[in-house]
Amino acid sequence: MTSPLATIKVARAFGPVVEGEAVVSTEGFSPRYDLDRWTGLISKPGHRLEGTNIRDKVLFFPTAKGGIAAGWAFFDLKHKGIAPKAFVFGVTNPVMVQGAVFAGIAITEGWDPPPGEVVRTGDWVRVDPARRVIEVLRRAG
Amino acid sequence: MRLTPEEESMLAGSRGEAVRDALRYQLAVGEFFGAERFVPVTNAHMMGDIEVMGDGGLAWLKATGAKRARACVPLTTNARCFDFEHAAGLGQDAGELAKERELIGCLRDMNALTTDTCINYQTLYQPHLGEHVAWGDTGTVIYANSVFGARSNFESGPAALAAAVTGRTPEYGFHLDRHRKGTLVVRLAAPLDDLADWGAVGKIVGERHQHYYAVPVFTCRGGKEGPPRAHPLARTPIADELKHLGAALASYGSMGMFHMVGVTPEAPTLEAALGGNRPVDEIVIDAAALERVYAGYDLKDRTATLVVFSGPQQSLFEMKALAEGFGGRKVHPGTQVFVTTSNGVKSAARNLGYLQAIEGAGVTVLEGVCFYILQNLAQMRVANGWTNMISNSAKIVNIIGAHKFNTILRRTRDCVEIACSGKLA
Repeated sequence: MTSPLATIKVARAFGPVVEGEAVVSTEGFSPRYDLDRWTGLISKPGHRLEGTNIRDKVLFFPTAKGGIAAGWAFFDLKHKGIAPKAFVFGVTNPVMVQGAVFAGIAITEGWDPPPGEVVRTGDWVRVDPARRVIEVLRRAG
Repeated sequence: MRLTPEEESMLAGSRGEAVRDALRYQLAVGEFFGAERFVPVTNAHMMGDIEVMGDGGLAWLKATGAKRARACVPLTTNARCFDFEHAAGLGQDAGELAKERELIGCLRDMNALTTDTCINYQTLYQPHLGEHVAWGDTGTVIYANSVFGARSNFESGPAALAAAVTGRTPEYGFHLDRHRKGTLVVRLAAPLDDLADWGAVGKIVGERHQHYYAVPVFTCRGGKEGPPRAHPLARTPIADELKHLGAALASYGSMGMFHMVGVTPEAPTLEAALGGNRPVDEIVIDAAALERVYAGYDLKDRTATLVVFSGPQQSLFEMKALAEGFGGRKVHPGTQVFVTTSNGVKSAARNLGYLQAIEGAGVTVLEGVCFYILQNLAQMRVANGWTNMISNSAKIVNIIGAHKFNTILRRTRDCVEIACSGKLA
């Protein structure tokens, strides 16, 4: 096993071990408010990740935004084949967790250190919910 | 989690596959949040329609129905994506409409009351202080927690359905005393004489504190050192005002609870509402802060071709106000106006003549839906050439962005004027 370049401890976690390309956002997220659920592109005008495709990514968001409808949205994304590998939240809400568990997508909450200090968009990361860690395996480009 | 013998037996399949699966799912969610046990619920309210569920969700629902899933506590449904009377006129997809009918049939077979309203707390069921329920959408949850003193987390569609099937929910979040105490103080120092003003307050507070466990305590009294000031409202807030405030707090801030001193049941005093917490922030909202919200919207091409009163659905009192605003007037040619409400409210509005006054002006009144989740909305926007969406709901102004509307919050009376003049100021 490659030794990680950096490790983030998370407070709570669910799901399988997954690896993927990191997308690190400084803005919160809702799959209903911000996402085109047919293409997987973040479509809300002005969102700091506008134009980013979430498919197969490990998504880092500081917060979750409202929206009960998100509970079905993750399952729908998975059904359409455009789901991310994992959601990594600083602070989340129950809907995101209920939705991710329902869809079988890895999700974590709470981080130490904050990802902004150790991981950048494009880095390759592993999410290990059982061990409650996120490991940076390779740097971008 | 500690399970009762009954729950152990449910997990072993004593009440069938559907109950076993639902409890397993709830257990995974409960364990994520460190819940220690389940609590019984008396009522569940779920969001479930083809727009939010998609084909995958419908297939899952049918498979779950085939396992004889059945709600064992009253289960009502949230606003959906079709008003069948208006679907063709709105250019909605006939194939999706057929799926929606199938989905409704499936839910009824599971013992759900397909009420299709997001204002269940105004029209269907008012839980009492301390009563545990499993509700979604977010506006229903924050109202239940804050105004009734009932206890619910945001329960998304699959979670609320699971709660209805098992009759319980994991005890975390707002089911626990420790998450119900105030964490910040907001001093209201503006008149707040329109529903949009209350939504704007929710936007200001929610944007600044995006956190499920941020619990604002609203007060109208002066600072700690100063004497209590006269209540700037000079009256007690009404249900529709608290509804717009809560919906906006939940939408912008992902919040599930607020207190209002002297108004909500767990806030007889500021100290009681805070429960020993030291507030992390103190915000003063004055008239200037509200005006900054209204002035903050980009008017784009300045078109006023779409005005919406929705999110949440309109109460009978809001319908009365709209009837007074639109009565005897006409919507400007080229502008379309939509109102959404529940079946029950629409029926009452018809009996009272409000509906005729609103529709007589050329407004489309949809029942059982929310504008924001209308099937085909993004295509509808393009087909109608809509750029701006003007609304008195801070919530819908926030959430409809993914459909690429440029949204603008305006006071109710201004929305009516914009609708009738076709001019956006």
